[in-house]
Amino acid sequence: MALDSKMNRVFKVVGTRPPRPDGVEKVTGRAMYGADATAPGMLVGRILRSPHAHAIIKSIDVSAAEALKGVKAVVTAADFGVPDDLSIRDVQDNCMAQGKALYHGHAVAAVAANTAAIASQALKLIKVRYEVLPHVTDVDEAMRPGAPIVQEGRALENVAAGFSENVTSQCEFGHGDLEVGFAKADKVIERSFTTAATHQGYIEPHACLASMSPDGKGDLWCCTQGQFQVRTLCAEIMGMDASQLRVTASEIGGGFGGKTTVFIEPVALALSRKSGRPVKIVMTRDEVFKATGPTVSSSMDVKIGMTNDGRITAAQAQLRYQGGAFPCGTVEMGAQSAFACYNLDAVHTVGWNVLTNRPKEAAYRAPGAPMAIYAVESVVDELCQELGLDPLNVRLKNASTKGTKSSYGPTFDDIGLRATLEAAKAHPHCSAPLGPNQGRGLSCGFWFNFGGNTCVSLNINTDGTVGITEGNPDIGGSRAAISQMAAEELGVPYDKVRTIIADTNSLGYNDVTDGSRVTFSVGLATIEAARNAIKVMCGRVAKIWGIDEDAVIWEDGCAKPSGANAGDFTPMSIEEIAAISSNTGGPIAGHFEVNADGAGVSFGVHLADVEVDPETGATKILRYTVFQDAGKAVHPDYVEGQMQGGAVQGIGWALNEEYIYGKDGLLQNAGFLDYRVPVASDLPNIETVILEIPNPGHPYGVRGVGETPIVPPLATLSNAVARAIGIRLFELPMSPPKLLKAIRQKG
Amino acid sequence: MVKVTIWGSLRSATDGQVEVEVDARNFKELLDRLATEYPGLKPQIERGVSLALDGKIYREAWFTEIGPKSEVVLMPYMTGG
Amino acid sequence: MRNLHISTSVNGDQTEFVCAPDETLLDVLRNRLGLTGAKEGCGTGDCGACSVTLNGRLVCSCLVLGVEAEGAEIGTVEGLAMGDHLHPLQRNFIDHAALQCGICTPGILVAAKALLEKNPNPTDEEIRYWLAGNLCRCTGYDKIIKAVQIAAAEMRGA
Repeated sequence: MALDSKMNRVFKVVGTRPPRPDGVEKVTGRAMYGADATAPGMLVGRILRSPHAHAIIKSIDVSAAEALKGVKAVVTAADFGVPDDLSIRDVQDNCMAQGKALYHGHAVAAVAANTAAIASQALKLIKVRYEVLPHVTDVDEAMRPGAPIVQEGRALENVAAGFSENVTSQCEFGHGDLEVGFAKADKVIERSFTTAATHQGYIEPHACLASMSPDGKGDLWCCTQGQFQVRTLCAEIMGMDASQLRVTASEIGGGFGGKTTVFIEPVALALSRKSGRPVKIVMTRDEVFKATGPTVSSSMDVKIGMTNDGRITAAQAQLRYQGGAFPCGTVEMGAQSAFACYNLDAVHTVGWNVLTNRPKEAAYRAPGAPMAIYAVESVVDELCQELGLDPLNVRLKNASTKGTKSSYGPTFDDIGLRATLEAAKAHPHCSAPLGPNQGRGLSCGFWFNFGGNTCVSLNINTDGTVGITEGNPDIGGSRAAISQMAAEELGVPYDKVRTIIADTNSLGYNDVTDGSRVTFSVGLATIEAARNAIKVMCGRVAKIWGIDEDAVIWEDGCAKPSGANAGDFTPMSIEEIAAISSNTGGPIAGHFEVNADGAGVSFGVHLADVEVDPETGATKILRYTVFQDAGKAVHPDYVEGQMQGGAVQGIGWALNEEYIYGKDGLLQNAGFLDYRVPVASDLPNIETVILEIPNPGHPYGVRGVGETPIVPPLATLSNAVARAIGIRLFELPMSPPKLLKAIRQKG
Repeated sequence: MVKVTIWGSLRSATDGQVEVEVDARNFKELLDRLATEYPGLKPQIERGVSLALDGKIYREAWFTEIGPKSEVVLMPYMTGG
Repeated sequence: MRNLHISTSVNGDQTEFVCAPDETLLDVLRNRLGLTGAKEGCGTGDCGACSVTLNGRLVCSCLVLGVEAEGAEIGTVEGLAMGDHLHPLQRNFIDHAALQCGICTPGILVAAKALLEKNPNPTDEEIRYWLAGNLCRCTGYDKIIKAVQIAAAEMRGA
């Protein structure tokens, strides 16, 4: 599935901007999201949550709740089994506390009742006896020996001695001799950084409708990034075979990584099984903040050495991430990506994952990378300031390129970092004038991108139109891109192709929509499925013409003889071939199943101009430009959309968003009023520049683009603020109170 | 024989060697041989690893063929969002 | 608490429903009237996904009681299109990729329509401040503002 050897292929549909297939439904309010489904006899499910950050659950008395008129089922951890797989057991224990409440908001019981009012009333009747324990919410405190232990016995064999049991894993990457490297530097800067946890902030709270029947089968409707992953987790938790549970993904109101696991679905299934009725659970916004999956918070040290003319000679980082009350694998991603943008002789990163009494972390675009790259890009920028060097030129001087041995091991093939840096350098934004209290910042960014398990089924309808069935929820416009690639390959107009997302019964396994993988993998599988169908159609036509299959080619939506030697036959269109398919062998289809590899990494560079108000500490963004390598932009509108959306999420992360825990371990700001995401009036237009350095691993050169854009904004803004007011902060978010304090301290 | 680069925190299981040589023609054979010859690697291998072959990352593909001149780098199993 | 019988007009249609005194208009629209276009994003009036108009005024339906609909005119996203003719705002949102996941779109469309009724020729800044109460997490707002401008120009006949 390598890049098409027809390197200078002129695309007819790929690269254009057709309307998306779900557009009309969404602008008329007809689209069905997680909370929009109902079922006859449906009950309302509600969840009781721990008011304590850390407590032993001594007993739960549900008798009064069960006795309340209108209550049909009550469940606790006692209603669940013990999954064999440890990571699935963690998911289950996160959905329903087993013996201990591990964070403020941890689910401890649930009810299903005829109405929401009765369900809420029933929750109040559940008597839980807690033994409150000491808690810990800060990553550095949690690592110290003597810290309250969140879970015992979870530390892996790779953790060094001297930490508390909350440190569950340790990793290390890099190459070269740091001592030699630092000795060569003219200037060495060492800094420590902290970043707060943030939430993906999808506007749609988690919602599901579960329907278990007495014969053991189940139907689950939910908003999710991966219905197959939901099936795997829920089937295991409920003790069901995969084939017994059919999961249908609704339209999704945002995910960004936060809907790649389950929180309420097993609970709804358990309530449905117990009550014999469908059960709908919709989270409140308060619950979303308290009990879904925010990012890690971090504490990091970065040390970089640079020569007077801007060459980085050595780079080192230590990353401490807390992922909530269950072990995670996020610091590995941070430690590998931290220095990915740089061609280094000596580089070394060490990382630790730590437990705290906070909700179980989940992915949020490029998990682990934003905070690590923020720290690195900040130190690089500070070195540029100290040495009087241009930040773009320094990036260019040290940029990873084809042949660079990356900081995480493999050698890069064709990559787009230099191209994005050159594009930034040539852009008018770079030379726009700046006034008082204004500053310009830049940062590079990177993400690995994945392939993964993918199945596509492509059917040629008897009228020659095309139906595509794929298994990945559409979170960014992928249905349009997939239809485009099929239209391109088949040589038919875009509006003759319809792509739908199937339930778990209709296709083989598909990995979740994450890792910026859908346009890449599902696209690749669609192209192969289309080629498959083309082969079938050419075979049918070969029979009709009485010639060899090799002598029939496909062009512009028609089967044609390959040349004059093949014979003088009038081309047959896809409509004509489809119309007689029952005569020539039956319905025509192509399909493709693969665990796709060869996803191309995506590099980006962001430039921002800011103005900081010295009286309020508020940062206004004057201008923002995103440069990113997309390999091949199938639908440029949607590539731009990912660049703009990810950039704005990063802006929120840098300037305002944070999880605030009190000394009591309770979350203080579980709502959109005090968890302040960017609004329209906070922002200027976000200009986008798409570069296309084809990915050798995809037939059209596609690279994933969805995650990289959240990475650069953190340091871009921190660097811009530093240059605007001459004060550099080393923590995120740089909210107005923090900036004001720093401004006042400077005098 | 294939040369495999081992990431930093796993090198304690390979006596500090950054690169080890094993006899393997595909991903699965590579992992099986590594686990046998360097038992300290077994827990991580069982938890899951990815393989970068000439710069391309393979998350799970057992039968990916590895040539003697390939650059092979062991990596943690990747997750996204 | 006894339920109350309410008579109202939704998107120009005479409508009746029964609801509890403490039920929100949002819950009434979604659970009693089957109009699920308005969404609950927060339940506290912070996100705007539940935006509707009440007697021509833009409101968060999660902050309005169902009983307040008595004798009033409610406007929801379902009332924007005329038969199979999309409203210029709807059409331009699709044409200019002003939506990704689309969950905020109904609220933003209702809000944008209310703006253009008051101010048919807004500046970008006026649009951004008017829509400051409608959160979008996917788009970064850029294409939304542009689509509103293009629709406004079309509606002015410019």
